[in-house]
Amino acid sequence: MANRPELLAPPEIFYDETEARKYTSSSRIVDIQAKLSERALELLALPEDGVPRFLLDIGCGSGLSGETISEYGHHWLGLDISASMLNVAVEREVEGDLLLGDMGQGLGLRPGVIDGAISISAVQWLCNADKTSHEPRLRLKAFFGSLYRCLSRGARAVFQVYPENIKQRELILRQALQAGFGGGLVVDYPHSTKKRKEFLVLTCGSVQTSIQTGKNECDEGCSEDDFSEDEESGMVSMSDRNRPRKRQKPNKKGKTREWILRKKEQSRRKGNDVPADSKYTGRKRKSCF
Amino acid sequence: MRLIVHNMLSCNIRGVANKFPLRIEPKKIIVKEVDFNPDFLKHMIAKIDWKALVDGARSMGYTELPDHAPDTTTLESDESFLRKFHHSLLELHLEEGSLVCSETGRKFPVNKGIPNMLLHEDEV
Repeated sequence: MANRPELLAPPEIFYDETEARKYTSSSRIVDIQAKLSERALELLALPEDGVPRFLLDIGCGSGLSGETISEYGHHWLGLDISASMLNVAVEREVEGDLLLGDMGQGLGLRPGVIDGAISISAVQWLCNADKTSHEPRLRLKAFFGSLYRCLSRGARAVFQVYPENIKQRELILRQALQAGFGGGLVVDYPHSTKKRKEFLVLTCGSVQTSIQTGKNECDEGCSEDDFSEDEESGMVSMSDRNRPRKRQKPNKKGKTREWILRKKEQSRRKGNDVPADSKYTGRKRKSCF
Repeated sequence: MRLIVHNMLSCNIRGVANKFPLRIEPKKIIVKEVDFNPDFLKHMIAKIDWKALVDGARSMGYTELPDHAPDTTTLESDESFLRKFHHSLLELHLEEGSLVCSETGRKFPVNKGIPNMLLHEDEV
């Protein structure tokens, strides 16, 4: 997106009737939302016993993600701040129940009633102060605190987010930890700017289950950043997405041939046109070059 | 809004002690059929506040539910009970009306089946 919507207007104003219809009728968006919802449901790791569960869809909008939940056979409750988006959901006769509400005010749900929560492209809206009375940190606190309370033990919350920058991601993570969640960040296709997707997978309760590794085009290994609640300081280890993951310090004599070959391979993986490797690659040239 | 959601919703206003349950003031109720799934019902029964469900159903005009929550044997064997539970929990929809906080009297309007739970600035 050229412009991030949350920089243009608060969500209930940005998603007015026209925008709500545009959003829902764009086949590209419908497709992306479906894929993201499927992935989020996968990461929820609900028991595969055929019993439908009761899930929460935070920032459900016009019900695109909710439809995926229904397809998987679960019941759901959707929360959104935009009445226009919810009206589109009603028109589309989604199977879930809908609530008009502000997640930053707290969810207002009884303890332990929710079996799992997903949120597709919504939580980053909490980081903006849309009104003078808003303080993002307090809103995040109210949201995560109330979410933690209403989830049943062992339940998970999976958020697909588009954080604007590292600071925003850290803010979200820190508030989640402080609320008592454990969990990690799962990144799919970390090396591709286009395909890269981030999922925050939060767990609550003492049930320890492993979190899936992120998808990777060439199976290099997991690109998951694990963090767990540290009693003393709630430390989170994060990696800057722009910093290369494996970095070899360039030789004092200049960049080594191995480094060059690795960089070319990375570029090839991204799909760029890269000259073939040969005995001339990385060869020491005359000083006039 | 169905009773399954009503059973989970509490009043979120700051400082309110008696938040749950919200009283239902119905104006329009419709019934939408939902597939009967006993597994889901058995899964949910542990989480449901029975009294709130019975009172909520009564205010929506459904009085067939027993006053006391069933024990596990009834759950397993009595299909007619499960059907009543299913109907009240999942098939009764409040289309228009309001949800009222018992402590403050604040009304949360329900339009097109969607409760408006947005709090005013001074209630947060």
